[in-house]
Amino acid sequence: MIRGILFCFLITLIVAIIIDYKAPAENTITLCNTCPPGFELMENNTCKLRTLYQQYESGNGDEPGVGGLKTALPSVRDGFSPQQIDLGRYLFFDPVLSKDGSVSCATCHQPSKGFSDGLKTSVGIDNARLKRAAPSLWNVAFNKKFFWDARSTSLEAQLTGPLYSPNEMGTTRENLLQKLNGIAAYRDLFQQAFPDKRSDKIELSEIYTAMTAFESSLISLNSRYDHYAHGYTQALNAQEIEGLNIFRSFVARCAECHTPPLFTNQQVAVVGLAEPDGLPLDPGAQKTFQDATLRGAFKVPSLRNADRTAPYSHSGKFATLREMVEFYSKGRGHDVPAGEKLHIHWHIWEPNLTAYEIDRLVDFIKTLTDESFMPTKPAVLPSGSTIVKQNLQESIVSIQ
Amino acid sequence: MKTAKRVILVIIVFAIGMYCGKFFFGRSSDIPAPLPSYFTQTQSEGDSTGIAAGTITGKVIEVRKGNSIQEAVGKAIAGDLVRIFPGVYHETVYIDKDNISLQGVIIDGEWPTLDGQKTMNDAILYSGSGVLIENMKITNYKGNGIMGQAGNNYVIRNNWIVDTGVYGIFPQFGKNGLVERNVLSGIEDAAIYIGMCDNVDVRFNEVYGNVAGIEIENSRHALVEYNYAHDNTGGILAFLTPGLPIKTCYDVIIRNNFVYNNNTKNFGAIGSTVSHIPKGTGMLIMAADDVTIENNIIMGNENAGITITDYGYAGIDHANDPESEPNTDRVTLLDNFMSNNGANPIDDIKALMVTKLSKFGPDIIAVGGGVGSCIVNADRYRTFGVDQFASCQVRDTRAITTYMLDRPVTPRETSLMEKGKMTFYGVCSGCHAYNSRLIGPPVNVIQALYKNNPQGIIDYIIKPVYKREDYPEMPPQNYLSDEARKAVAEYMLSLSQ
Repeated sequence: MIRGILFCFLITLIVAIIIDYKAPAENTITLCNTCPPGFELMENNTCKLRTLYQQYESGNGDEPGVGGLKTALPSVRDGFSPQQIDLGRYLFFDPVLSKDGSVSCATCHQPSKGFSDGLKTSVGIDNARLKRAAPSLWNVAFNKKFFWDARSTSLEAQLTGPLYSPNEMGTTRENLLQKLNGIAAYRDLFQQAFPDKRSDKIELSEIYTAMTAFESSLISLNSRYDHYAHGYTQALNAQEIEGLNIFRSFVARCAECHTPPLFTNQQVAVVGLAEPDGLPLDPGAQKTFQDATLRGAFKVPSLRNADRTAPYSHSGKFATLREMVEFYSKGRGHDVPAGEKLHIHWHIWEPNLTAYEIDRLVDFIKTLTDESFMPTKPAVLPSGSTIVKQNLQESIVSIQ
Repeated sequence: MKTAKRVILVIIVFAIGMYCGKFFFGRSSDIPAPLPSYFTQTQSEGDSTGIAAGTITGKVIEVRKGNSIQEAVGKAIAGDLVRIFPGVYHETVYIDKDNISLQGVIIDGEWPTLDGQKTMNDAILYSGSGVLIENMKITNYKGNGIMGQAGNNYVIRNNWIVDTGVYGIFPQFGKNGLVERNVLSGIEDAAIYIGMCDNVDVRFNEVYGNVAGIEIENSRHALVEYNYAHDNTGGILAFLTPGLPIKTCYDVIIRNNFVYNNNTKNFGAIGSTVSHIPKGTGMLIMAADDVTIENNIIMGNENAGITITDYGYAGIDHANDPESEPNTDRVTLLDNFMSNNGANPIDDIKALMVTKLSKFGPDIIAVGGGVGSCIVNADRYRTFGVDQFASCQVRDTRAITTYMLDRPVTPRETSLMEKGKMTFYGVCSGCHAYNSRLIGPPVNVIQALYKNNPQGIIDYIIKPVYKREDYPEMPPQNYLSDEARKAVAEYMLSLSQ
């Protein structure tokens, strides 16, 4: 019965896609000339981030904003034009970027799932199962290193990873340029977003800039925790404040690596996680830095909107926040596979948290949810393919 | 007769004192403890300056046995003093606001005591700036005695801290602080741990029976003087630890300290940095730069008086950090009184002793990489590995009387207009664009409704009344401060695009 319904559903979707492909959208798209929420439009047509955290200072000069409640944020990637950000939004949701038009950025970075995908590890083109979980994109504008293993130092460099990975979006530079340049709507949009461009050909750097512009616009800094941090003490209830105090205590030590205000100190750390299902250990940052002491080291993820990004860890090993938190209370090195000698971070110890304390930590982490600046999915894509197509990919993945 | 007059005079003075005390401090105080005026009086040379903490401009809130310190902190606003009377308090106190002072009142030798009964995590947590904590006895916690995160202008003094778990006093990410006249023992990591801070003086403290006495880690501009560090595993340490977001540790002066018999067996937690410190370590400088050691008395430390090492040699089991420079550069060893160090060193040093044909371990040992270090009168000490050190050009650090700032770190100045802008874009812009419909009505529509009426907007923000059928109801934004509400109302009315 359910199979039958699913089958009909799939057929309907496929028909819808075919119809869509036959009748590409004729209407021209005008890019947005205002900044997304959180950004002020400047006179030179760039968008600058404005947040209440800019009232504060921290550290020396360009040092990262870490620790404490009223602390400045690390430096931010902003200054893109509204049109570039909006163009990036179209590209982000458009599966035309992938080799066969089946996968968009939003396939693995779904807005409703904290810009992650709800899977243990992501699924790319031709349903290829990937090795690691899709990280959230909220607040990536502040990140200095990208990927779980910290192998990229800019969003532009990062996004070429999935674009050209044969298992993710599977395209090539030539293929991507050829496809986008073949779509009149995109040629027009790139003209709008890059009015000074010399040729009418779309360039790779413009694609990267636009996508970076969109990703840097995903800001989440107005959670109930933030209300508390800015001075409204009633924002958190008694149990959540208890959770905050456990979070920053030196027994649990969460705040040592998940430092506010971003809830990451942007370092790599070895926490000592084995891979699930007996898979061989993922070397993580060992490979990036060619340093054996970093075997099994991964970037500390931000906890903002973590309530939306289950399952957790680079391998998606933990289904719930509670299980993830519990891992840290089970003892230093308890999960390290036999024969591995890892240089586990010194903050991983045996805090012996009580079940009550673990619950309060989860309560607190849930106060870090803020999706008030959620971008809207485009109703129509310049390529003529539709988001329905992408939903098909989503439904295929969930059937698996 | 003369004596009688004197007695009467004393009585009169005392009575006036009592009266004034009651007048100033409120009638409920039985024994008026002095207000902490140390930082507001005219400064003499060597006094700490530039700390706003302890400047009481508000009310005094008293906490007595049976009451909650946290409740009082909850009532306190910037400038208030929370005065805690003798009694045992079982709680975690957290201070997430600025310029709050906690002052214990010690009566007849009885201290107000925070006792975590080995079930509570930390005694005092603060994130506010201008926090003063003094005269408290703190014991039996599992985490820290006093921990600060990002609070500037802090003063932590005259506290008596016994076995509070990992750290005793731990300001982290703070600028401009003073840690003085505290007594700490029984801590399984560092008793006084200055972590990722700037501009701090640590002085006149006694630390004993801890794994580490005083540790300066990834901090800049730290003056450690006149401390008594004895019977720890390691007395005084200056570290640059890799893997932390702050990547430097420099300008550390360690002078006039008494570092004696730090021979306690290491009882640090497995995996912690200090668990690798050999017992009998007087001072340990690891990967920190520009450290000056002057005029200390360093005696009876069985492994070595002063150990200078790069990160690699220290044998610490942490992952590397490509952004953290592992060598100890530019150590300046001025005159120090050193005696009877190295009587029973670790095997690695014993092996070195064989090569040196020495019966004793070293007063000073330097291993690993590093450049630019120097020593005065090297021949006075038993030294291993300092042959490469130059002879120092400087003779003393007298020019530096403090590393605290000459005025408090002030919060960033934010004009009402800026604050309005931050609030509008940081909060309101999720639903309100200037001239297009998002979730709520456009700003230009609001402007038409509230022309010259910012108060109308302020009132609406606190308590929205459902107005327009074609829009969803606005949730109250009552978490915004009065100032932010006023600022954003005016900013919204001034917007033109």
